[in-house]
Amino acid sequence: MSKIKIAMKFTVENVTKPITYHLIKDYNLLINILNADVSLNKTGKLIADIEGRDEDIKSGLEFLGRHNVEYKILQDIIVLQEDSCVHCGACTAVCPTGALSMNTEDWSLTFDQEKCMVCRLCIKACPLRVLRVSDNGVE
Amino acid sequence: MAYKSWEEINEKIQSGKVVVVTAEEVIKIVEEKGVKKAAEEIDVVTTGTFGPMCSSGVFLNFGHSDPPIRMCRVWLNGVRAYAGVAAVDAYLGATEPSESAPMEYGGAHVIEELIAGKDIDLYAESYGTDCYPRKQIKTTINKYNINQAFMFNPRNAYQNYSAATNMSDRTIYTYMGTLLPNGGNITYATSGELSPLLNDPEYRTIGIGTKVFIGGTHGFVAWEGTQHNPGQVRAENGVPIGPAGTLALIGDIKKMSTRYIRAGVFEKYGITLFVGIGIPIPILDEDMLIKTTVRNRDIITTIVDKSGKYGVVGTVNYEQLRSGKVELNGRIVPTAPLSSLKMSREIAEVLKNQIKNGLFTLTKPVEKLPSEAKVNKLEIRGHGNE
Repeated sequence: MSKIKIAMKFTVENVTKPITYHLIKDYNLLINILNADVSLNKTGKLIADIEGRDEDIKSGLEFLGRHNVEYKILQDIIVLQEDSCVHCGACTAVCPTGALSMNTEDWSLTFDQEKCMVCRLCIKACPLRVLRVSDNGVE
Repeated sequence: MAYKSWEEINEKIQSGKVVVVTAEEVIKIVEEKGVKKAAEEIDVVTTGTFGPMCSSGVFLNFGHSDPPIRMCRVWLNGVRAYAGVAAVDAYLGATEPSESAPMEYGGAHVIEELIAGKDIDLYAESYGTDCYPRKQIKTTINKYNINQAFMFNPRNAYQNYSAATNMSDRTIYTYMGTLLPNGGNITYATSGELSPLLNDPEYRTIGIGTKVFIGGTHGFVAWEGTQHNPGQVRAENGVPIGPAGTLALIGDIKKMSTRYIRAGVFEKYGITLFVGIGIPIPILDEDMLIKTTVRNRDIITTIVDKSGKYGVVGTVNYEQLRSGKVELNGRIVPTAPLSSLKMSREIAEVLKNQIKNGLFTLTKPVEKLPSEAKVNKLEIRGHGNE
């Protein structure tokens, strides 16, 4: 079993197709949608974690290619240098997925890597410059 | 109503018998014990705040070289400092951008590095005088080899502040952080019920000469802060609705710690300085105790459209802001803080322990802060503006 994070782009034509359904049903993939902006007659974007057997992931990606769904495997991850963070919360203002959020008990910043779609908005929103992007080496 | 004097409280601090709690802890204690009993028991309530405060900077005296120079233009690590004072005095403002990386490095970073004890490049120019013949100097300084380095912040510790949103259709970049289009988010500052001036809304105990915790050391309230606006509209509990009182603070940066003073950058806005401040409030009587039990839900502020389009677009209390979402114009909008509550709590806690251990006594103000001033606008006047 492997897990990858991908960003898909739908054209106006394929935005109506049940793409995720096929990935799940035909390729036996576990899909966790992290962020989606898909509406009729518009180009759409979807970011998801995909988990499954290596050969299924490969076939699923080929399926996307056949249906003109552009995709990019997200290899980068956001890294938080916790010891330099002052927990102000400015980064949470721009995080679209809630990966960066405030723990309302002790008001420390929490970072949930799983929810992160590597949009990088937080990097510049952080006044202390303690968030950076790093290649985590995923093929 | 029983009255406890400043002297009595200081005697208790000296003898180690003082009872100190934070502005968060006091709420529950008063709830359990009642005002009368709690006012008898509690001597001091500590507050804390840690947030971006642009109106900050340091006065420096470099010492004289041989031959001496009357510095006219001064750069520290490539950041201009104001040298229009005596020969080797200068003021370095926190928001001054560097000439090489104006949106990444500035006065605040130099201040943080000075506090950290690092060497700073000093370059200064002069026209040369009979008494100060040198025209140029290039050397390095640090906090150990210069004469003085004291922080003098014209405006800190704002008593309440407006929350910010953006009603325009594009993302805007402000000193209140990145604001998403169409009211996409709300940011807010101040530490709410822990914030110094919100616990002494009528400036009964915080005034000129008050000893404070600033940047990890002890400093003082030097004056009212700039834009001090005690005349702000107030709720029934006396707490202002929106920005009101401010403090000008002074403290020795040679004794400060980078844990409590940090440089920051707001994207496409510029440089700022996060300043950690804590102020103790003596519980002189029941009224003072009641003031320190202010809760987040009792502190109301305005939500201002920072795109400049609509002005005030709503009001909200800090409990709502802290909940992470607020209703604005019928929509649920996510909120994000800009002041660190975690650090504010730490400061209130550190100050509490310093007082308990006899390391911090209270100072009665030598003069009260103005209670009636109002803020003027800058009108565009003069020839060609009619």
